[in-house]
Amino acid sequence: MQKVYSDAKSALAGVLKDGMTIMSGGFGLCGIPETLIEAIRDSGVKNLTVISNNAGVDGVALGLLLETRQIRKMISSYVGENKIFAQQYLAGELELEFNPQGTLAERIRAGGAGIPAFFTKTGVGTIIAEGKEVRTFDGEEYVMERGLVADLAVVHAWKGDTEGNLIYRKTARNFNPMMATAAKVTVAEVEHLVEPGELNPDAIVTPGVYVKRIVHVKDARKHIEQRTNRKRAAA
Amino acid sequence: MAWTRDEMAARAARELRDGFYVNLGIGIPTLVSNYIPAGMKVSLQSENGMLGMGPFPYEGEEDPDLINAGKQTITELPTTSYFSSADSFAMIRGGHIDLSILGAMQVAENGDLANWMIPGKMVKGMGGAMDLVAGVKKVVVVMDHVARAKDGTVEKKLLHRCNLPLTGARVVDMVVTDMGVFVIDKHGSGPMKLIELAPGVTVDDIRANTEASFVEALKAAA
Repeated sequence: MQKVYSDAKSALAGVLKDGMTIMSGGFGLCGIPETLIEAIRDSGVKNLTVISNNAGVDGVALGLLLETRQIRKMISSYVGENKIFAQQYLAGELELEFNPQGTLAERIRAGGAGIPAFFTKTGVGTIIAEGKEVRTFDGEEYVMERGLVADLAVVHAWKGDTEGNLIYRKTARNFNPMMATAAKVTVAEVEHLVEPGELNPDAIVTPGVYVKRIVHVKDARKHIEQRTNRKRAAA
Repeated sequence: MAWTRDEMAARAARELRDGFYVNLGIGIPTLVSNYIPAGMKVSLQSENGMLGMGPFPYEGEEDPDLINAGKQTITELPTTSYFSSADSFAMIRGGHIDLSILGAMQVAENGDLANWMIPGKMVKGMGGAMDLVAGVKKVVVVMDHVARAKDGTVEKKLLHRCNLPLTGARVVDMVVTDMGVFVIDKHGSGPMKLIELAPGVTVDDIRANTEASFVEALKAAA
């Protein structure tokens, strides 16, 4: 079965539909599947529920899907960098579910592993636990959280082979590996596409079984949100 | 004469121990990395998936694939490892990180912490704060003793009970403010203790600016 598609549009052909749930990898603007998000924007698909740690920034990544009002609901841990997001949320046009970041990551991991729910200490005694089952184990209280799955996951990797094996680079890994496991269809964009055998099997983070479609994104654009430097010591 | 931001960070840094794995929050807590004592090995964890965080890069050496949890460009070290967000929070929630230093809006005398939302205002989200305070072995809050609004009103931040939504219940072990240092017996029923005063600050100054009940347990000046 051929997994490699020539461009993002064809890699998403047939999998997009209104009202679907999409997981989108990345932390801030680091490791985001930007080319696939732009293709989702161009498709015009709407009423989306998007599961992503953040919501992009104005004009970039998920910020684009907010501009076009294609997102109905976000499930995120932090959305602070996006003015359009704030406007739509305060106007009641956008639904928002906050998850603690570790709970979000574990919900996705669990969803991908066939685990429908788990217990965690995170959020006990806070509004996050309201309406959820709280149980005591070994004298400590834990709140039940549900596994998360999606119709589609879009992820960004550094290297991939034609089998769908993926390797990530530095902190651009973040949410991508779990999301790749937790959707009916996972589409990966990769900066470098290689033949089987060219990746070190010991270094593969996402095994190809999780990845249905791959698209090679040459010269992927990358963004820096907070360029921070140290001064060079005077010579 | 209260402590400056840097002096607060330096005081929080005295909670570091050799071999510690530490997560630092945004703001004053980030400054703590400037006060790691020479010869002490401390590994900094960044919850977006990195252990062994290096300093900020020199100009021209930024890597968009290498950022900290505040989305700032950073560098790696020979000891660095990278991992997914699920692995990162397994590390945090599984109790493998020794110390979390973070900011706060309010802290209660029982160790309750509020630092993520003000009802009625646009909420940015809790990020990893709820996971950190629930999972890390020791939690140190660094914050201004009171909140001063632009119109001059002053609101106390060390309270009997937080009135903002909680980030965690009974999670704070120590509070470092610009006026002094408090320790909290978060698993017991003992009172919050005032253990240090910033130079020039009196216990009466603290009482006037603190709603929370506390007992004096001042140590001899360090």
